[in-house]
Amino acid sequence: MPIPDSPLLSLTGIRKVFPGCIANDAIDLDVQPGEIHALLGENGAGKSTLVKIIYGVLRPDQGDIHWNGDLVQIANPAQAREFGIGMVFQHFSLFEALTTLENVALALPREDHDKLRARLVETADAYGLALQPDRHVHELSMGERQRIEIVRCLLQDPQLLILDEPTSVLTPQETETLFETLRKLAAERRAILYISHKLEEVRSLCDKATILRNGRRVDDCIPSAETARSLAEKMIGKRVESVRKRATTQQGNIGLQVSSLTTHSHQPHGMDLSDIDFAVRGGEILGIAGIAGNGQIELMDALSGETGAPLGGTIEILGTDATHLNPNERRDLGAVFVPEERIGQAAVADMTLVENSFLTASARMKFSPNGLIDWNAVGSFADNIVRDFDVRTTGVSALASSLSGGNLQKFIVGREMLQEPQLLIVSQPTWGVDAGAAAAIHEEIQRLVSAGAAVLVISQDLDEIFLLSDRIAVISQGTLSSATPANDVTPEDIGLLMGVRHTQQEKTKYAAA
Amino acid sequence: MLRLEPRSTQSLSAAWLSPMLALVLTAVTGGIIFLAMGKDPATALYIYFVEPLTSSSGLSEVAVKAGPLVLIGIGLSFGFRAGIWNIGAEGQYIAGAIAGGGLAVFWYESTSAFLLPAMLLTGILGGMAWAAIPALLKTRFNANEILVSLMLVYVAELLLVHLVQGPWRNPMGWGFPGTRVFPDAATMPLLFTGKRVHLGSVLTLAVPFIAWFLLARTRFGFRIKLFGSAPLAARHAGVQSNRIIWQSLLIGGGLAGLAGVIEAAGTIGQLMPDISPGYGFTAIIVAFLGRLHPVGVLLAGIAIAVTYIGGESAQISAGLPKAVTGLFQGIILFYLLAFDLFTRYKIVLPSRQAVQQ
Repeated sequence: MPIPDSPLLSLTGIRKVFPGCIANDAIDLDVQPGEIHALLGENGAGKSTLVKIIYGVLRPDQGDIHWNGDLVQIANPAQAREFGIGMVFQHFSLFEALTTLENVALALPREDHDKLRARLVETADAYGLALQPDRHVHELSMGERQRIEIVRCLLQDPQLLILDEPTSVLTPQETETLFETLRKLAAERRAILYISHKLEEVRSLCDKATILRNGRRVDDCIPSAETARSLAEKMIGKRVESVRKRATTQQGNIGLQVSSLTTHSHQPHGMDLSDIDFAVRGGEILGIAGIAGNGQIELMDALSGETGAPLGGTIEILGTDATHLNPNERRDLGAVFVPEERIGQAAVADMTLVENSFLTASARMKFSPNGLIDWNAVGSFADNIVRDFDVRTTGVSALASSLSGGNLQKFIVGREMLQEPQLLIVSQPTWGVDAGAAAAIHEEIQRLVSAGAAVLVISQDLDEIFLLSDRIAVISQGTLSSATPANDVTPEDIGLLMGVRHTQQEKTKYAAA
Repeated sequence: MLRLEPRSTQSLSAAWLSPMLALVLTAVTGGIIFLAMGKDPATALYIYFVEPLTSSSGLSEVAVKAGPLVLIGIGLSFGFRAGIWNIGAEGQYIAGAIAGGGLAVFWYESTSAFLLPAMLLTGILGGMAWAAIPALLKTRFNANEILVSLMLVYVAELLLVHLVQGPWRNPMGWGFPGTRVFPDAATMPLLFTGKRVHLGSVLTLAVPFIAWFLLARTRFGFRIKLFGSAPLAARHAGVQSNRIIWQSLLIGGGLAGLAGVIEAAGTIGQLMPDISPGYGFTAIIVAFLGRLHPVGVLLAGIAIAVTYIGGESAQISAGLPKAVTGLFQGIILFYLLAFDLFTRYKIVLPSRQAVQQ
């Protein structure tokens, strides 16, 4: 029986200050053996800092860590693993060119490969984590890669397993499997610290939740006794206006028509697109669901024109053939793009917001008619973005790197919206963005559609897809299913379409049915 | 243990302070080396760093040396900002001198006022043509511009030697390698009688300001910076990488070519095998010492020119070997790169473990 007053891990008064921000302040946290404990909070609330302290990546400025009742100092991750703390990061640390077994072997002390293989298979089977030791990681889905990370932790027999946003790359079915595994682990009296901002998940999975806001612990609660809304309010600290699903608007002309689009990926281990067909009308949102790495990036690049003309097929933007146009020519037609990669593609970290405004808006906004940049005009455009889209920043001369993820995304979305596009193509609009900013971005997308623009949303987040879309299609292995009205399908239906190739034959059958 | 932590903001003062500190430490290190060689460090350093700046002829020589360094350094800074590593400015400098100087060789009796401007123009074109080779190979076949441009330096050097010993050799030159001495119409007018500083220095002085304007105010300059710091963002903004590769190599080659022809028509007055004491390579140091900023490159060019002149006078009056110049330039670059670390990172002293309050 768990003894309530002897927690496995106990943090008291943890404080960590970075230059310019207090990441953690006076945080107390108790995790009992056998408990699935949620760490809930918006982006920038201090969750990552706190778990990095627990895992020995960072050291606290103040505060104590007790492990099994003993006061300890965790100097580095190796020591954390020695204590029995394992962690699965959001971004996997796997070598794509190596096999599952090799990746696991690299992380463990030297061990005979045959013995390790036996242990790996045994552990994977015991927890229902299907793994094939000799497959190369680049062939595997995100769900499979995550299973490698989890098994790698389990082989070290951890007492505490930390998972950072584990479901962001999983299908609904894979998520359910993961939850079963986690429950099995908890039944063995292992503790799990589960970081998430997905409220429904936390409610169905977790025994307890600690809620962080602005680096402080604001509440402890039993998630199953709360509603998603009440959890969200604790997280954000104010009442949440739920984004209402927009009534279907009058549909206009075709904004984007893609026919038989076929590409060859420019990246190693990339996904080739094959025979993609779809259309988006003005006043409509088409959602493209799918698990990461199934061709989303390649589709975005092909639509924005960044990787040049495709191998085959055509792209029409607002009635004009844009197949061979470059990104700025496509922008001139009335299209704007928000790619998935914020830092390094949609924005440049070490440039100011003014310079970042010029980045994509120069074409449509005519900021440099003769090649000379009108920095005053760009500056007031940037001011408008910051004001209209509530971007929290010290000013438009701040570097993009100084903005939090949510604020930077509000800035990027705002920059594209203020150009008054007739076609918006956006990928992962709220990935890693806090709930407040996500709601604001969703609202802006809805408003643009209501004004008659055509919108294509590519997203891994099914909740988002269902919240926004009029019609939904699924991208899988570089192929796209036919789009179906959002009201006619359930998340489970969509989940079944992930992971299968969509052939022309199947699409015709699907359309006929 | 000391630790390095990334700075949250790039420190502007550190960006300017680190070249200054690098220079100071170079002087200190140099002093120690002079001491080890049995020279009085104070005197040697005075001869090396101060004396060139105390006389008008010293200043004139500094201007003469700084000219090509600044021109080439500015040109290179465009490429380096864009992440295009043109290491072959030395070859482009020679190609410019050959192309521009060739006019003076052919029209060696000309008195036309158009000769000098025409030479400057063909000098620029010659440097550009030499830089066009790595640009073409990179955009067509993805060939590494570092290797191609570097190897072309040796081709240019050999071409120059061939010309001045063969077809272009001065028929009245007693067999010495070298062309005819350029006519007056092909020579840079001197600014002061008796000093070697010439009109080229004035032209050179304008270039950093033009470059500054291009980088700060034009879409072209923005795209150069963008391409270098975030290639994917550049692609997203519709920047065509081939265009940037061509533009940055042509600017670097053009300015190096201009430096070459100015040197031939100004300071030397003919073509000969040794028209460069390695300006094209030293300008790489100049570009980085100047933080790839036009005004910084101007100041850095002057500073490095002082080390050349100081090295010469150190040979004459203090009896130090010629290698000291290269040594000093190497030490400067070493300290500069070391201090660069501190503009991006800061040192964190080991703090005590958190103690319960």
